[in-house]
Amino acid sequence: MGKEKVISANELTKKFGDFTAVDKISFEVEKGEIFGFLGANGAGKTTAMRMLCGLSLPTSGLATVAGYDVYKQNELIKKSIGYMSQKFSLYEDLTVRENIRFYAGIYGLSDKQIKEKTALLAKQLSLEGEEKTLVKSLPLGWKQKLAFSIAIVHDPAIVFLDEPTGGVDPITRREFWSLIYEASERGITIFVTTHYMDEAEYCNRVSIMVDGRIDALDSPANLMKNFSANSMDEVFLQLARKAVRSE
Amino acid sequence: MRVLKFLLQKEFRQILRDPSIFRILFIAPMIQLLILPLAADYQIKNINLAVVDHDHTQYSQKLIHKIIASGYFKLKDYSATFPQALHSIESDKADLILEISAQFERKLVKESKADLFIAANAINGIKAGLGSAYIQQIIQSYNAGVRTQWIQFPRFDPQPTIEVTYSDWFNPNMNYQYFMVPGILVMLLTIIGSNFAALNIVKEKELGTIEQINVSPIKKVYFILGKLIPFWLLALVVLTIGLTIARVAYGIVPVGHYITIYIFAAVYLLAVLGLGLLLSTYAQTQQQSFLVAFFITMIFNLMSGLFTPIESMPEWAQIITKFNPVSYFIEVMRMVILKGSGLADIKSQMLAILGFAVFFNGWAVLNYRKRS
Repeated sequence: MGKEKVISANELTKKFGDFTAVDKISFEVEKGEIFGFLGANGAGKTTAMRMLCGLSLPTSGLATVAGYDVYKQNELIKKSIGYMSQKFSLYEDLTVRENIRFYAGIYGLSDKQIKEKTALLAKQLSLEGEEKTLVKSLPLGWKQKLAFSIAIVHDPAIVFLDEPTGGVDPITRREFWSLIYEASERGITIFVTTHYMDEAEYCNRVSIMVDGRIDALDSPANLMKNFSANSMDEVFLQLARKAVRSE
Repeated sequence: MRVLKFLLQKEFRQILRDPSIFRILFIAPMIQLLILPLAADYQIKNINLAVVDHDHTQYSQKLIHKIIASGYFKLKDYSATFPQALHSIESDKADLILEISAQFERKLVKESKADLFIAANAINGIKAGLGSAYIQQIIQSYNAGVRTQWIQFPRFDPQPTIEVTYSDWFNPNMNYQYFMVPGILVMLLTIIGSNFAALNIVKEKELGTIEQINVSPIKKVYFILGKLIPFWLLALVVLTIGLTIARVAYGIVPVGHYITIYIFAAVYLLAVLGLGLLLSTYAQTQQQSFLVAFFITMIFNLMSGLFTPIESMPEWAQIITKFNPVSYFIEVMRMVILKGSGLADIKSQMLAILGFAVFFNGWAVLNYRKRS
């Protein structure tokens, strides 16, 4: 694994009034890594991720993403990242092809590239023949896979995934993760939040957030060893029980 | 610029695919333009008249005939006493009472002076006011007729009164539709423009798709242009349909040029759409933005001079109308359609509306933030 850092955060903090959603988190993510970002609901995962994506302005602390500063170069960051939010965010009243075309277009792909990408994605997702189907009539699992593929349609350096597999059946989740692995092999760094502990075990390294702080950060194997646990589930429960704040 | 192409393509696809947008944009305005002007009639006809004639002479009969013959009044009640007539006003059968005193003919002939009494039901203020005015005119002309008849050998002109002759310029027949229809069209464009723009961005907020836009490198000016241009074009289509209806259904052909209307409308729509966009940058839900847009357009429309002349508003209200884009467009519509004004004549209105367009859109761009 390369030692190049694509994300580095130093005491990154976000406050909403008196409430500290993210409390001085520091971590680094290496190029090509699959980085799991775990935590209970309300632990501050989404807020942290939104700061890194340039959607939310940090209150204090430092962070760079793809070599750009989150305060001043947030528009440059946006060129180098893909983002898949918790809320499904493709246009349901557009077809599969139109969604691909739109998102590829706004990231500056040429017409030829768009055409190639469309064909490639249709094949990869077994959506051939469904290019003219409105996205709203696709099953949820397909929608999620399509959303992920579109989030990396411009081959970003990093892709941020916010609970990408929520509400999806186990088979589709497995297919989804094979897409993630493919992307990772292409050199795209994956930053993913999840509630599923089996998914956490797929990650190279995992951080666990409790009450806005990162309480643990290591590879799944090391975490299990350090917490003398048999599974990530146990690690997570041990940490999450300490949480004082709820949603 | 290429980004804008993709944004426009997406917006048009979504608009054309949504049947409700089409219905609201085209069918609703047509129906409104065909129905509203018929209802918003400033002429008062069918004023119900109750007459109390204590005189019962040839002269009083002549007067009553003259009033009814004018076409504005209907004789609803012919009572013997005033209280009886008053009862028909109370039961809403009559709008106006004309009481002719018992000595009417005698006084008129001998003393050349007689009294009449008019009582109006002012629950409907416009009907009462106009009804009284009409009836006074008729009585005056009746009076003049009587005087000419009775003073046989005049040494001077028997009518020392100053007679006023009217000539209504630009709308010689005082056809109220000529100024109502263009006004209603302006009102429709305003409602459609501001509401659609306001709802559209907020809808993306509700769906969460705006997040995906915000995380992309799209420049916010392009994003706002991508929202503005499609509705701007659609509103111009609505204007075209409206002007066609005005021409076909009401025979309204502008004395001036259509192109003058379009040039002004093009700038005006930028202002109205800008207002909608501005609202959408503040609102979080479609309900919020719809209610605020509704509130603002209602005030704009009521204070636009469409229903009541701006000149007769209190001074503070007149100042407020200076900040009302609708009043400028209604003024321009009437100037171009009735008077034949050209671009040079509407320069001041054009500048004002340009100011609104820059103000609303500038504020919208500033307030739309990709980062919270």
